[in-house]
Amino acid sequence: MIDFRAAGPLEQFEIVKLVDLPLGGIDISLTNSSLWMLIGTGAIILFFVFATRRVSLIPGRLQGAAEVLYEFIADLVRDTIGSDGRKFFPYVFTLFLWILVANLFGLLPTFPGAPHGLHTFTTTSHLIVTLALAMLTILIVIVYGFAKNGLKFFKLFAPSGVPVWLLPLIAVIEVVSFLSRPISLSVRLFANMFAGHIILKLFAGFIISLFGAGGAFALLGIFPFLGTIAVTMLEFLVAALQAYVFAVLTCIYLSDAAHAADH
Amino acid sequence: MSVFLMMSAAAAETAHGGEAASASLPQLDPTWWPSQLFWLALTFGVLYWLMAGKFLPTLGGAIEERRDRIADDLDQAAEFRRQAEDAEAAYNKALADARAKAQSIAADTRAQMDEEIAGLQAETDEALANQLSAAEARIASMKADASAKVREAAADTTRAVVQTLIDEAPTDDAVAKAIDAVRA
Repeated sequence: MIDFRAAGPLEQFEIVKLVDLPLGGIDISLTNSSLWMLIGTGAIILFFVFATRRVSLIPGRLQGAAEVLYEFIADLVRDTIGSDGRKFFPYVFTLFLWILVANLFGLLPTFPGAPHGLHTFTTTSHLIVTLALAMLTILIVIVYGFAKNGLKFFKLFAPSGVPVWLLPLIAVIEVVSFLSRPISLSVRLFANMFAGHIILKLFAGFIISLFGAGGAFALLGIFPFLGTIAVTMLEFLVAALQAYVFAVLTCIYLSDAAHAADH
Repeated sequence: MSVFLMMSAAAAETAHGGEAASASLPQLDPTWWPSQLFWLALTFGVLYWLMAGKFLPTLGGAIEERRDRIADDLDQAAEFRRQAEDAEAAYNKALADARAKAQSIAADTRAQMDEEIAGLQAETDEALANQLSAAEARIASMKADASAKVREAAADTTRAVVQTLIDEAPTDDAVAKAIDAVRA
């Protein structure tokens, strides 16, 4: 019999090496995290291969779904960044889909009895992953901001219409807020995924504990069970919402870079 | 209350189990950071490359084409509508023209027929008048003839009466005078 209680709430975040892959002293082995990145990305690619295989004027179901996603992100980019946003559309689209699928696939149930390394894994529950994505966004913002506005990009920190005596204070606040963007962007996604999965694990653990206690306690196990269902539904919402939030904030930051000179 | 106690006990138990498995957060263990970054860069990069190079242009092209097609179709529909309206106007005009023409033809025919009738009437009137006057002339001549014959007969009778009475043949002048006298 499998001892369900063996797994602690943090064990689901552990990284397990699957295939050793040292690359000149740097360990880039295939892990369960890599596996789920590959599964998620592979699923997206597969979906789009089939959705765009025979593109027709009257879209089929897959093409229709892909077009809904396309229009959704295209509208977001157009509304937030404006005409300059066109070149960032593929980036925001990829970012949104990658995070969305990573979040959603992390909620898939693990096949019972699967070895530890093949348990469902949420790649976005690791700060290093979300931080890398956030830093990529901020890097694009900085490079594009300077390329488009030159030194006027610094006007981002000095909004027009602010009294001169208040400017030093505002500039400091703006700089701090700009520097904290990658942190807030990455921690928001990471913390949501991390906390959500811990809560799920704890609620599920209560069911096992209560059931193991036997008698009247076994009946009380229904409450954490209902709780688990509720939290699972909530987590699906959070998974989609956090991917959307990441995409929206990326668009807003890119919009700042595109229009820094007009501030 | 006991439920909460039980739950917190269970939580403590699972938390303890977790501690036994790994002392700290797996997220803070830098051992796997290079691997995660590498695979993130690989999967994200490949996905971006495919999206930007293939999938999104294909989808965007399809959406664009559909939008153009719909706009074209709407334009064409408007064009057809305009043509239909033109055709209707032309039809109405032709109808009005035909009606006017028919009316003018009818009026012309009527006028022509009136003229013809008038002509025939005049002809007939004239012929009748001629016949009438001819008949009148004939009546007049017959009347004159008759009265001349009556006068002759009267003259003959007078001459005979006078012959018988006085055994003398009166002259024609005397007879004529006598008849005139009687007639007057």
